[in-house]
Amino acid sequence: MKRVILEVASNRPLTPLVYEMQLTGDTSAVTRPGGFVEISLDGLFLRRPISVCDFDDGRLTLVYKIVGKGTEQMAGLQVGTKIDVLTGLGNGFDTTLCHSHALLVGGGVGVPPLYRLTRNLIAEGKQVSVVLGFNTQAEIFYADEFRKVGAEVIVATADGSQGIKGFVTDAIRQTGIDFDYFYACGPLPMLKALSEATDKPGELSLEERMGCGFGICMGCSIQTASGAKRVCKEGPVFKKEDIIW
Amino acid sequence: MVRDLSVELCGITLDNPVIPASGTFGFGEEMSKVYDLDILGSISIKGTTREPRFGNPTPRIAECSSGMINAVGLQNPGVDAVIEHELPELRKVFHKPIIANISGFSIEEYSECCAKIDKAEQVEIIEVNVSCPNVHNGGMAFGTQPESAAAVTRAVKAVTTKPVFIKLSPNVTDIVSIARACEEAGADGLTLVNTMLGMRIDIMRRRPVIANKMGGFSGRAIFPVALRMVYQVAQACRIPIIGCGGVATAEDVVEMMMAGASAVQVGAENLRNPFACAEIIEQLPKVMERLGIERLRDITGIIK
Repeated sequence: MKRVILEVASNRPLTPLVYEMQLTGDTSAVTRPGGFVEISLDGLFLRRPISVCDFDDGRLTLVYKIVGKGTEQMAGLQVGTKIDVLTGLGNGFDTTLCHSHALLVGGGVGVPPLYRLTRNLIAEGKQVSVVLGFNTQAEIFYADEFRKVGAEVIVATADGSQGIKGFVTDAIRQTGIDFDYFYACGPLPMLKALSEATDKPGELSLEERMGCGFGICMGCSIQTASGAKRVCKEGPVFKKEDIIW
Repeated sequence: MVRDLSVELCGITLDNPVIPASGTFGFGEEMSKVYDLDILGSISIKGTTREPRFGNPTPRIAECSSGMINAVGLQNPGVDAVIEHELPELRKVFHKPIIANISGFSIEEYSECCAKIDKAEQVEIIEVNVSCPNVHNGGMAFGTQPESAAAVTRAVKAVTTKPVFIKLSPNVTDIVSIARACEEAGADGLTLVNTMLGMRIDIMRRRPVIANKMGGFSGRAIFPVALRMVYQVAQACRIPIIGCGGVATAEDVVEMMMAGASAVQVGAENLRNPFACAEIIEQLPKVMERLGIERLRDITGIIK
Protein backbone atom coordinates (compact mmCIF):
# COMPACT_ATOMS: atom_id res chain seq x y z
CA MET A 1 0.00 0.00 0.00
CA LYS A 2 1.22 3.46 -0.86
CA ARG A 3 -0.42 6.85 -0.37
CA VAL A 4 0.13 9.07 -3.36
CA ILE A 5 -1.18 12.29 -4.84
CA LEU A 6 -2.40 11.65 -8.37
CA GLU A 7 -3.55 14.15 -10.97
CA VAL A 8 -6.71 13.76 -13.02
CA ALA A 9 -5.58 13.58 -16.65
CA SER A 10 -9.02 12.82 -18.10
CA ASN A 11 -12.49 12.05 -16.79
CA ARG A 12 -15.20 11.24 -19.32
CA PRO A 13 -18.55 9.45 -19.40
CA LEU A 14 -18.68 6.10 -21.23
CA THR A 15 -22.42 5.76 -20.58
CA PRO A 16 -24.76 8.08 -18.66
CA LEU A 17 -23.63 6.56 -15.34
CA VAL A 18 -20.23 4.97 -16.05
CA TYR A 19 -17.11 7.14 -16.23
CA GLU A 20 -13.51 6.54 -17.17
CA MET A 21 -10.87 8.46 -15.23
CA GLN A 22 -7.18 8.56 -16.08
CA LEU A 23 -4.81 9.52 -13.28
CA THR A 24 -1.12 10.30 -13.53
CA GLY A 25 1.59 10.13 -10.88
CA ASP A 26 3.32 7.45 -8.84
CA THR A 27 1.53 4.19 -9.65
CA SER A 28 4.41 1.95 -8.57
CA ALA A 29 2.35 0.12 -5.93
CA VAL A 30 -0.16 -1.10 -8.53
CA THR A 31 1.25 -4.36 -9.81
CA ARG A 32 -1.52 -6.92 -10.40
CA PRO A 33 -4.81 -6.94 -12.30
CA GLY A 34 -7.84 -7.10 -10.03
CA GLY A 35 -6.56 -4.81 -7.28
CA PHE A 36 -8.14 -1.56 -6.18
CA VAL A 37 -7.36 1.93 -4.95
CA GLU A 38 -9.03 4.10 -2.32
CA ILE A 39 -9.77 7.71 -3.09
CA SER A 40 -10.13 10.46 -0.52
CA LEU A 41 -12.88 12.91 -1.47
CA ASP A 42 -13.79 16.30 -0.03
CA GLY A 43 -16.41 16.20 2.71
CA LEU A 44 -16.60 12.42 2.84
CA PHE A 45 -15.26 10.58 5.86
CA LEU A 46 -14.29 7.24 4.36
CA ARG A 47 -12.28 6.76 1.21
CA ARG A 48 -14.01 5.18 -1.79
CA PRO A 49 -12.67 1.85 -3.05
CA ILE A 50 -12.48 1.71 -6.88
CA SER A 51 -11.17 -1.24 -8.88
CA VAL A 52 -8.21 -0.69 -11.17
CA CYS A 53 -9.12 -1.04 -14.84
CA ASP A 54 -5.63 -0.58 -16.23
CA PHE A 55 -2.22 0.75 -15.24
CA ASP A 56 1.08 1.58 -16.84
CA ASP A 57 4.14 3.34 -15.54
CA GLY A 58 2.80 6.60 -14.18
CA ARG A 59 -0.77 6.16 -15.40
CA LEU A 60 -3.84 4.61 -13.79
CA THR A 61 -7.22 4.03 -15.43
CA LEU A 62 -10.34 3.72 -13.29
CA VAL A 63 -13.78 2.96 -14.69
CA TYR A 64 -16.52 3.60 -12.13
CA LYS A 65 -20.27 3.87 -11.93
CA ILE A 66 -22.09 6.69 -10.17
CA VAL A 67 -23.84 4.92 -7.30
CA GLY A 68 -23.68 7.49 -4.50
CA LYS A 69 -22.17 10.71 -3.21
CA GLY A 70 -18.56 9.57 -3.58
CA THR A 71 -18.72 8.46 -7.19
CA GLU A 72 -20.94 11.44 -8.02
CA GLN A 73 -18.19 13.72 -6.74
CA MET A 74 -15.59 11.76 -8.70
CA ALA A 75 -17.55 12.32 -11.90
CA GLY A 76 -17.29 16.07 -11.32
CA LEU A 77 -13.50 16.14 -10.84
CA GLN A 78 -11.86 18.39 -13.43
CA VAL A 79 -8.69 17.62 -15.37
CA GLY A 80 -5.71 18.82 -13.34
CA THR A 81 -7.32 18.14 -9.95
CA LYS A 82 -4.96 16.45 -7.51
CA ILE A 83 -6.40 13.66 -5.37
CA ASP A 84 -5.14 11.64 -2.40
CA VAL A 85 -5.16 7.94 -3.29
CA LEU A 86 -4.13 4.77 -1.47
CA THR A 87 -2.73 2.48 -4.16
CA GLY A 88 -1.81 -1.18 -4.36
CA LEU A 89 -4.74 -2.57 -2.36
CA GLY A 90 -6.18 -6.08 -2.61
CA ASN A 91 -4.73 -9.35 -3.84
CA GLY A 92 -5.69 -9.35 -7.54
CA PHE A 93 -6.14 -12.14 -10.09
CA ASP A 94 -3.59 -14.91 -10.57
CA THR A 95 -2.97 -15.36 -14.30
CA THR A 96 -0.78 -18.44 -13.77
CA LEU A 97 -3.86 -20.47 -12.88
CA CYS A 98 -5.00 -20.41 -16.52
CA HIS A 99 -3.09 -22.77 -18.83
CA SER A 100 -4.18 -21.83 -22.33
CA HIS A 101 -7.70 -20.45 -22.71
CA ALA A 102 -9.32 -18.12 -20.18
CA LEU A 103 -12.97 -17.19 -19.94
CA LEU A 104 -13.48 -13.76 -18.44
CA VAL A 105 -16.97 -12.83 -17.30
CA GLY A 106 -17.95 -9.32 -16.29
CA GLY A 107 -21.31 -7.96 -15.25
CA GLY A 108 -21.98 -4.22 -15.43
CA VAL A 109 -19.49 -2.25 -13.37
CA GLY A 110 -17.69 -5.55 -12.66
CA VAL A 111 -16.22 -5.34 -16.17
CA PRO A 112 -13.31 -2.87 -15.58
CA PRO A 113 -10.81 -5.06 -13.63
CA LEU A 114 -11.04 -7.69 -16.40
CA TYR A 115 -9.47 -5.28 -18.88
CA ARG A 116 -5.97 -5.33 -17.43
CA LEU A 117 -6.39 -9.05 -16.73
CA THR A 118 -7.07 -9.57 -20.44
CA ARG A 119 -3.94 -7.64 -21.40
CA ASN A 120 -1.80 -9.72 -19.03
CA LEU A 121 -3.23 -13.06 -20.15
CA ILE A 122 -2.71 -12.18 -23.81
CA ALA A 123 0.83 -11.01 -23.08
CA GLU A 124 1.42 -14.46 -21.57
CA GLY A 125 0.31 -16.05 -24.85
CA LYS A 126 -3.08 -17.24 -23.62
CA GLN A 127 -6.34 -17.16 -25.52
CA VAL A 128 -8.98 -14.93 -23.93
CA SER A 129 -12.75 -15.02 -24.39
CA VAL A 130 -14.64 -12.22 -22.64
CA VAL A 131 -18.35 -12.35 -21.91
CA LEU A 132 -19.75 -8.98 -20.89
CA GLY A 133 -23.22 -8.73 -19.40
CA PHE A 134 -25.30 -5.54 -19.27
CA ASN A 135 -28.95 -4.73 -18.74
CA THR A 136 -29.37 -2.89 -22.01
CA GLN A 137 -27.46 -1.55 -25.04
CA ALA A 138 -27.13 1.95 -23.56
CA GLU A 139 -25.14 0.55 -20.63
CA ILE A 140 -22.50 -1.23 -22.71
CA PHE A 141 -18.93 0.02 -22.37
CA TYR A 142 -15.41 -1.22 -23.14
CA ALA A 143 -16.45 -4.02 -25.57
CA ASP A 144 -14.25 -2.52 -28.30
CA GLU A 145 -11.35 -1.94 -25.91
CA PHE A 146 -11.30 -5.68 -25.13
CA ARG A 147 -11.37 -6.50 -28.87
CA LYS A 148 -8.50 -4.10 -29.57
CA VAL A 149 -6.18 -5.95 -27.19
CA GLY A 150 -6.96 -9.29 -28.83
CA ALA A 151 -9.83 -10.85 -26.88
CA GLU A 152 -12.83 -12.61 -28.36
CA VAL A 153 -15.78 -10.55 -27.03
CA ILE A 154 -19.35 -11.73 -26.53
CA VAL A 155 -21.92 -9.25 -25.28
CA ALA A 156 -25.13 -10.26 -23.55
CA THR A 157 -27.95 -7.87 -22.66
CA ALA A 158 -30.82 -8.76 -20.39
CA ASP A 159 -33.32 -7.06 -22.72
CA GLY A 160 -31.75 -8.34 -25.92
CA SER A 161 -31.10 -4.85 -27.28
CA GLN A 162 -27.60 -5.93 -28.34
CA GLY A 163 -25.75 -9.23 -28.57
CA ILE A 164 -27.19 -12.33 -26.99
CA LYS A 165 -30.47 -11.84 -25.13
CA GLY A 166 -30.17 -12.99 -21.55
CA PHE A 167 -27.56 -13.31 -18.84
CA VAL A 168 -23.86 -14.07 -19.15
CA THR A 169 -24.59 -17.73 -18.33
CA ASP A 170 -26.96 -17.89 -21.34
CA ALA A 171 -24.21 -16.46 -23.56
CA ILE A 172 -21.64 -18.96 -22.29
CA ARG A 173 -24.01 -21.87 -22.87
CA GLN A 174 -24.99 -20.74 -26.35
CA THR A 175 -21.48 -20.06 -27.58
CA GLY A 176 -19.91 -23.17 -26.02
CA ILE A 177 -16.55 -21.52 -25.29
CA ASP A 178 -13.88 -24.10 -24.49
CA PHE A 179 -11.84 -22.73 -21.59
CA ASP A 180 -9.69 -24.20 -18.84
CA TYR A 181 -10.03 -21.41 -16.24
CA PHE A 182 -12.44 -18.56 -15.63
CA TYR A 183 -12.18 -15.14 -13.99
CA ALA A 184 -15.28 -13.16 -13.06
CA CYS A 185 -16.38 -9.89 -11.50
CA GLY A 186 -19.93 -8.66 -11.15
CA PRO A 187 -23.05 -8.84 -9.03
CA LEU A 188 -23.29 -11.72 -6.56
CA PRO A 189 -26.24 -13.46 -8.29
CA MET A 190 -24.22 -13.50 -11.54
CA LEU A 191 -21.15 -14.92 -9.82
CA LYS A 192 -23.23 -17.60 -8.15
CA ALA A 193 -25.04 -18.60 -11.36
CA LEU A 194 -21.71 -18.74 -13.20
CA SER A 195 -20.06 -20.89 -10.53
CA GLU A 196 -22.97 -23.32 -10.63
CA ALA A 197 -23.04 -23.40 -14.44
CA THR A 198 -19.48 -24.64 -14.88
CA ASP A 199 -17.34 -27.44 -13.43
CA LYS A 200 -14.18 -25.57 -14.39
CA PRO A 201 -12.09 -23.83 -11.72
CA GLY A 202 -12.03 -20.06 -11.48
CA GLU A 203 -11.41 -16.88 -9.53
CA LEU A 204 -14.14 -14.43 -8.59
CA SER A 205 -13.80 -10.84 -7.46
CA LEU A 206 -16.20 -9.85 -4.69
CA GLU A 207 -17.49 -6.49 -3.56
CA GLU A 208 -18.25 -5.40 0.00
CA ARG A 209 -18.82 -2.15 1.85
CA MET A 210 -15.42 -1.29 3.33
CA GLY A 211 -14.17 0.77 6.22
CA CYS A 212 -10.42 1.11 5.80
CA GLY A 213 -9.64 -0.92 2.66
CA PHE A 214 -6.30 -2.15 4.00
CA GLY A 215 -7.16 -4.82 6.51
CA ILE A 216 -7.36 -3.19 9.92
CA CYS A 217 -11.07 -2.66 10.66
CA MET A 218 -12.67 -6.03 9.80
CA GLY A 219 -15.56 -4.13 8.20
CA CYS A 220 -15.65 -6.25 5.03
CA SER A 221 -15.14 -9.75 6.42
CA ILE A 222 -16.82 -12.74 4.82
CA GLN A 223 -16.98 -16.40 5.77
CA THR A 224 -15.15 -18.65 3.31
CA ALA A 225 -14.46 -22.37 3.12
CA SER A 226 -11.02 -21.61 4.59
CA GLY A 227 -12.24 -19.34 7.39
CA ALA A 228 -13.01 -15.64 7.82
CA LYS A 229 -11.40 -13.45 5.17
CA ARG A 230 -11.26 -9.71 4.58
CA VAL A 231 -12.50 -8.77 1.11
CA CYS A 232 -10.05 -5.83 1.11
CA LYS A 233 -6.97 -7.78 2.17
CA GLU A 234 -7.20 -11.50 1.39
CA GLY A 235 -9.53 -10.52 -1.47
CA PRO A 236 -11.23 -9.08 -3.38
CA VAL A 237 -10.38 -12.09 -5.57
CA PHE A 238 -11.29 -15.51 -4.16
CA LYS A 239 -11.11 -18.99 -5.61
CA LYS A 240 -14.43 -20.50 -6.57
CA GLU A 241 -14.12 -23.34 -4.05
CA ASP A 242 -13.51 -20.86 -1.19
CA ILE A 243 -16.77 -18.99 -1.60
CA ILE A 244 -19.74 -19.99 0.54
CA TRP A 245 -22.87 -18.98 -1.39
CA MET B 1 13.95 23.43 23.36
CA VAL B 2 13.25 19.71 23.59
CA ARG B 3 9.56 19.18 24.24
CA ASP B 4 8.70 16.35 26.63
CA LEU B 5 5.88 14.30 25.12
CA SER B 6 6.01 11.49 27.65
CA VAL B 7 2.99 10.67 29.78
CA GLU B 8 2.33 8.26 32.59
CA LEU B 9 -0.47 5.74 33.09
CA CYS B 10 -0.47 3.97 36.46
CA GLY B 11 3.32 4.10 36.75
CA ILE B 12 3.88 3.03 33.12
CA THR B 13 5.67 5.69 31.11
CA LEU B 14 4.65 6.13 27.48
CA ASP B 15 6.95 8.06 25.12
CA ASN B 16 3.93 10.03 23.95
CA PRO B 17 0.18 9.97 24.61
CA VAL B 18 -0.88 8.65 21.18
CA ILE B 19 -2.42 5.18 21.15
CA PRO B 20 -4.36 3.62 18.24
CA ALA B 21 -7.79 2.64 19.61
CA SER B 22 -8.88 -0.97 19.76
CA GLY B 23 -10.51 -2.18 16.55
CA THR B 24 -8.91 0.45 14.34
CA PHE B 25 -5.44 -1.05 14.11
CA GLY B 26 -5.95 -4.83 14.04
CA PHE B 27 -3.07 -6.52 15.85
CA GLY B 28 -0.56 -4.19 14.21
CA GLU B 29 0.57 -6.53 11.44
CA GLU B 30 -0.80 -4.53 8.50
CA MET B 31 0.14 -1.16 10.01
CA SER B 32 3.74 -2.27 10.62
CA LYS B 33 4.19 -2.06 6.84
CA VAL B 34 2.86 1.51 6.81
CA TYR B 35 5.20 3.09 9.40
CA ASP B 36 7.50 2.16 12.27
CA LEU B 37 5.09 1.28 15.07
CA ASP B 38 7.67 2.09 17.74
CA ILE B 39 6.89 5.80 17.29
CA LEU B 40 3.54 5.16 19.05
CA GLY B 41 2.95 5.58 22.77
CA SER B 42 1.24 2.21 22.94
CA ILE B 43 -1.25 0.11 20.96
CA SER B 44 -4.66 -1.06 22.12
CA ILE B 45 -5.11 -4.37 20.31
CA LYS B 46 -8.27 -5.58 18.59
CA GLY B 47 -10.94 -6.53 21.14
CA THR B 48 -10.42 -10.10 22.24
CA THR B 49 -12.99 -12.56 23.57
CA ARG B 50 -12.68 -15.96 25.19
CA GLU B 51 -14.00 -17.74 22.08
CA PRO B 52 -13.21 -16.93 18.43
CA ARG B 53 -15.90 -14.73 16.85
CA PHE B 54 -16.76 -13.99 13.24
CA GLY B 55 -18.94 -11.05 14.20
CA ASN B 56 -21.96 -9.65 12.41
CA PRO B 57 -23.15 -10.11 8.83
CA THR B 58 -22.17 -7.45 6.25
CA PRO B 59 -22.73 -4.62 5.48
CA ARG B 60 -20.98 -3.64 8.70
CA ILE B 61 -19.96 -0.12 7.69
CA ALA B 62 -21.89 3.08 6.92
CA GLU B 63 -20.61 6.54 5.98
CA CYS B 64 -21.86 9.53 8.00
CA SER B 65 -21.13 13.26 8.03
CA SER B 66 -17.67 13.55 9.63
CA GLY B 67 -17.80 9.98 10.84
CA MET B 68 -18.82 6.42 10.28
CA ILE B 69 -20.87 3.62 11.78
CA ASN B 70 -19.45 0.15 12.31
CA ALA B 71 -21.15 -3.03 13.39
CA VAL B 72 -18.21 -5.41 13.11
CA GLY B 73 -19.31 -7.30 16.21
CA LEU B 74 -16.00 -8.10 17.89
CA GLN B 75 -14.55 -10.28 15.16
CA ASN B 76 -11.41 -11.85 16.62
CA PRO B 77 -9.62 -15.20 16.66
CA GLY B 78 -10.21 -15.78 20.39
CA VAL B 79 -7.87 -15.18 23.32
CA ASP B 80 -5.85 -18.41 22.90
CA ALA B 81 -5.02 -17.63 19.27
CA VAL B 82 -4.25 -14.02 20.18
CA ILE B 83 -1.73 -15.18 22.79
CA GLU B 84 -0.21 -17.90 20.60
CA HIS B 85 -0.10 -16.06 17.30
CA GLU B 86 -1.02 -12.37 17.26
CA LEU B 87 0.97 -11.18 20.27
CA PRO B 88 4.26 -12.88 19.26
CA GLU B 89 3.83 -11.40 15.76
CA LEU B 90 3.16 -7.96 17.24
CA ARG B 91 6.26 -8.39 19.42
CA LYS B 92 8.39 -8.49 16.29
CA VAL B 93 7.23 -5.07 15.12
CA PHE B 94 6.36 -3.25 18.34
CA HIS B 95 8.68 -3.18 21.32
CA LYS B 96 6.67 -1.18 23.86
CA PRO B 97 3.96 -1.95 26.41
CA ILE B 98 0.64 -2.86 24.83
CA ILE B 99 -2.93 -2.50 26.00
CA ALA B 100 -4.97 -5.70 25.71
CA ASN B 101 -8.62 -4.91 25.03
CA ILE B 102 -10.99 -7.65 26.19
CA SER B 103 -14.72 -8.19 25.89
CA GLY B 104 -17.21 -10.71 27.14
CA PHE B 105 -20.82 -11.75 27.26
CA SER B 106 -20.80 -12.85 30.88
CA ILE B 107 -18.81 -11.97 34.00
CA GLU B 108 -17.08 -15.38 33.79
CA GLU B 109 -16.03 -14.76 30.21
CA TYR B 110 -14.45 -11.42 31.12
CA SER B 111 -12.53 -12.92 34.00
CA GLU B 112 -11.36 -16.00 32.06
CA CYS B 113 -10.25 -13.88 29.12
CA CYS B 114 -8.46 -11.47 31.46
CA ALA B 115 -6.75 -14.27 33.40
CA LYS B 116 -5.36 -15.69 30.18
CA ILE B 117 -4.14 -12.48 28.57
CA ASP B 118 -2.70 -11.33 31.92
CA LYS B 119 0.04 -13.94 31.42
CA ALA B 120 1.28 -12.31 28.22
CA GLU B 121 4.47 -10.46 29.13
CA GLN B 122 4.07 -7.57 26.68
CA VAL B 123 0.58 -6.75 27.97
CA GLU B 124 1.00 -4.01 30.57
CA ILE B 125 -2.51 -2.64 30.72
CA ILE B 126 -5.80 -4.47 30.40
CA GLU B 127 -8.63 -2.48 28.86
CA VAL B 128 -12.07 -3.89 29.52
CA ASN B 129 -14.77 -3.12 26.99
CA VAL B 130 -18.09 -2.99 28.84
CA SER B 131 -20.39 -1.99 26.00
CA CYS B 132 -21.29 -5.48 24.79
CA PRO B 133 -24.72 -7.09 25.29
CA ASN B 134 -25.09 -8.53 28.76
CA VAL B 135 -26.76 -11.89 28.53
CA HIS B 136 -27.01 -12.01 32.34
CA ASN B 137 -28.81 -8.73 32.74
CA GLY B 138 -31.84 -8.66 30.48
CA GLY B 139 -29.83 -7.65 27.39
CA MET B 140 -28.54 -4.40 28.86
CA ALA B 141 -24.92 -3.56 28.22
CA PHE B 142 -22.55 -4.01 31.16
CA GLY B 143 -21.35 -0.47 30.77
CA THR B 144 -24.74 1.21 31.02
CA GLN B 145 -25.40 0.38 34.68
CA PRO B 146 -23.07 1.30 37.58
CA GLU B 147 -23.70 -2.06 39.29
CA SER B 148 -22.82 -4.26 36.31
CA ALA B 149 -19.83 -2.10 35.33
CA ALA B 150 -18.56 -2.46 38.91
CA ALA B 151 -19.17 -6.22 38.87
CA VAL B 152 -17.05 -6.65 35.75
CA THR B 153 -14.35 -4.43 37.26
CA ARG B 154 -14.19 -6.54 40.43
CA ALA B 155 -14.11 -9.79 38.43
CA VAL B 156 -11.17 -8.76 36.26
CA LYS B 157 -9.30 -7.10 39.13
CA ALA B 158 -9.47 -10.43 40.98
CA VAL B 159 -7.50 -12.22 38.25
CA THR B 160 -4.80 -9.71 37.33
CA THR B 161 -2.27 -7.51 39.05
CA LYS B 162 -1.81 -5.36 35.95
CA PRO B 163 -3.57 -1.99 35.70
CA VAL B 164 -7.18 -2.35 34.56
CA PHE B 165 -8.80 0.38 32.47
CA ILE B 166 -12.54 0.12 31.98
CA LYS B 167 -13.66 1.38 28.57
CA LEU B 168 -17.04 2.98 29.04
CA SER B 169 -19.97 3.43 26.73
CA PRO B 170 -21.18 6.97 26.00
CA ASN B 171 -24.72 5.68 25.50
CA VAL B 172 -25.73 6.53 29.06
CA THR B 173 -27.56 9.28 30.91
CA ASP B 174 -24.92 9.79 33.57
CA ILE B 175 -21.38 8.70 32.70
CA VAL B 176 -20.06 10.04 36.01
CA SER B 177 -22.03 7.57 38.14
CA ILE B 178 -20.72 4.64 36.08
CA ALA B 179 -17.16 5.97 36.16
CA ARG B 180 -17.36 6.38 39.94
CA ALA B 181 -18.72 2.86 40.35
CA CYS B 182 -15.76 1.47 38.40
CA GLU B 183 -13.30 3.53 40.44
CA GLU B 184 -14.84 2.33 43.69
CA ALA B 185 -14.72 -1.28 42.41
CA GLY B 186 -10.96 -0.96 41.95
CA ALA B 187 -10.46 0.20 38.37
CA ASP B 188 -7.00 1.68 37.85
CA GLY B 189 -8.13 3.89 35.00
CA LEU B 190 -10.86 4.59 32.46
CA THR B 191 -10.98 4.80 28.68
CA LEU B 192 -13.60 7.33 27.60
CA VAL B 193 -15.45 6.69 25.30
CA ASN B 194 -16.53 3.85 23.05
CA THR B 195 -18.72 4.48 19.98
CA MET B 196 -22.16 6.08 20.09
CA LEU B 197 -25.12 4.01 18.99
CA GLY B 198 -26.17 5.22 15.57
CA MET B 199 -28.08 4.26 12.44
CA ARG B 200 -28.36 5.06 8.73
CA ILE B 201 -31.10 4.16 6.27
CA ASP B 202 -30.63 3.56 2.54
CA ILE B 203 -33.58 5.66 1.35
CA MET B 204 -33.51 4.14 -2.15
CA ARG B 205 -33.74 0.56 -0.93
CA ARG B 206 -35.81 1.52 2.15
CA ARG B 207 -33.72 -0.51 4.56
CA PRO B 208 -30.96 0.13 7.12
CA VAL B 209 -27.48 0.45 5.59
CA ILE B 210 -26.03 -1.82 8.28
CA ALA B 211 -27.16 -5.46 8.27
CA ASN B 212 -27.40 -5.32 12.07
CA LYS B 213 -29.56 -2.16 11.66
CA MET B 214 -27.61 -0.15 14.25
CA GLY B 215 -23.94 0.26 14.99
CA GLY B 216 -21.30 2.35 16.71
CA PHE B 217 -20.86 5.93 15.45
CA SER B 218 -17.30 7.21 15.58
CA GLY B 219 -15.05 9.75 13.91
CA ARG B 220 -14.51 13.50 14.15
CA ALA B 221 -18.21 14.21 14.70
CA ILE B 222 -18.20 12.66 18.18
CA PHE B 223 -15.18 14.60 19.49
CA PRO B 224 -17.14 17.27 21.44
CA VAL B 225 -19.27 14.64 23.17
CA ALA B 226 -16.26 12.49 24.06
CA LEU B 227 -14.39 15.55 25.30
CA ARG B 228 -17.34 16.58 27.47
CA MET B 229 -17.47 13.12 29.05
CA VAL B 230 -13.72 13.10 29.70
CA TYR B 231 -14.08 16.48 31.39
CA GLN B 232 -17.07 15.45 33.52
CA VAL B 233 -15.39 12.26 34.70
CA ALA B 234 -12.07 14.01 35.35
CA GLN B 235 -13.91 16.38 37.69
CA ALA B 236 -15.34 13.45 39.66
CA CYS B 237 -12.68 10.70 39.64
CA ARG B 238 -9.01 10.50 40.65
CA ILE B 239 -7.92 7.60 38.38
CA PRO B 240 -6.26 8.35 35.02
CA ILE B 241 -8.33 8.67 31.85
CA ILE B 242 -7.47 7.71 28.29
CA GLY B 243 -9.49 10.07 26.09
CA CYS B 244 -11.00 8.54 22.97
CA GLY B 245 -13.53 9.67 20.39
CA GLY B 246 -13.01 11.67 17.22
CA VAL B 247 -9.37 12.54 17.84
CA ALA B 248 -7.80 13.44 14.49
CA THR B 249 -5.13 16.10 15.08
CA ALA B 250 -2.39 17.08 17.52
CA GLU B 251 -4.63 19.94 18.65
CA ASP B 252 -7.34 17.39 19.49
CA VAL B 253 -4.81 15.52 21.65
CA VAL B 254 -3.99 18.71 23.55
CA GLU B 255 -7.69 19.50 23.97
CA MET B 256 -8.47 16.00 25.29
CA MET B 257 -5.59 16.25 27.75
CA MET B 258 -6.65 19.69 28.95
CA ALA B 259 -10.09 18.21 29.62
CA GLY B 260 -8.51 15.59 31.86
CA ALA B 261 -7.02 12.79 29.74
CA SER B 262 -3.56 11.42 30.60
CA ALA B 263 -3.29 9.74 27.19
CA VAL B 264 -5.36 9.70 24.03
CA GLN B 265 -6.60 7.05 21.61
CA VAL B 266 -7.06 7.62 17.90
CA GLY B 267 -9.73 5.45 16.31
CA ALA B 268 -11.74 5.97 13.13
CA GLU B 269 -9.23 8.47 11.76
CA ASN B 270 -6.81 5.55 11.18
CA LEU B 271 -9.28 4.05 8.73
CA ARG B 272 -9.40 7.11 6.48
CA ASN B 273 -5.79 8.09 6.94
CA PRO B 274 -3.45 5.20 7.75
CA PHE B 275 -0.77 7.74 8.71
CA ALA B 276 -3.03 9.56 11.22
CA CYS B 277 -1.15 8.56 14.40
CA ALA B 278 2.26 9.16 12.83
CA GLU B 279 1.20 12.61 11.65
CA ILE B 280 -0.24 13.54 15.06
CA ILE B 281 2.99 12.49 16.80
CA GLU B 282 5.03 14.50 14.31
CA GLN B 283 2.84 17.57 14.83
CA LEU B 284 2.66 17.42 18.64
CA PRO B 285 6.01 19.14 19.39
CA LYS B 286 5.14 21.96 16.97
CA VAL B 287 1.72 22.46 18.56
CA MET B 288 3.32 22.39 22.03
CA GLU B 289 5.83 25.01 20.97
CA ARG B 290 3.09 27.23 19.60
CA LEU B 291 1.12 26.88 22.85
CA GLY B 292 4.11 27.23 25.15
CA ILE B 293 3.84 23.70 26.57
CA GLU B 294 7.12 22.18 27.76
CA ARG B 295 5.92 18.96 29.35
CA LEU B 296 2.79 17.55 27.77
CA ARG B 297 1.73 15.77 30.95
CA ASP B 298 1.48 19.12 32.72
CA ILE B 299 -1.65 20.07 30.78
CA THR B 300 -3.70 17.05 31.89
CA GLY B 301 -6.84 18.36 33.59
CA ILE B 302 -5.91 22.05 33.60
CA ILE B 303 -9.51 22.90 32.79
CA LYS B 304 -11.30 22.97 36.12
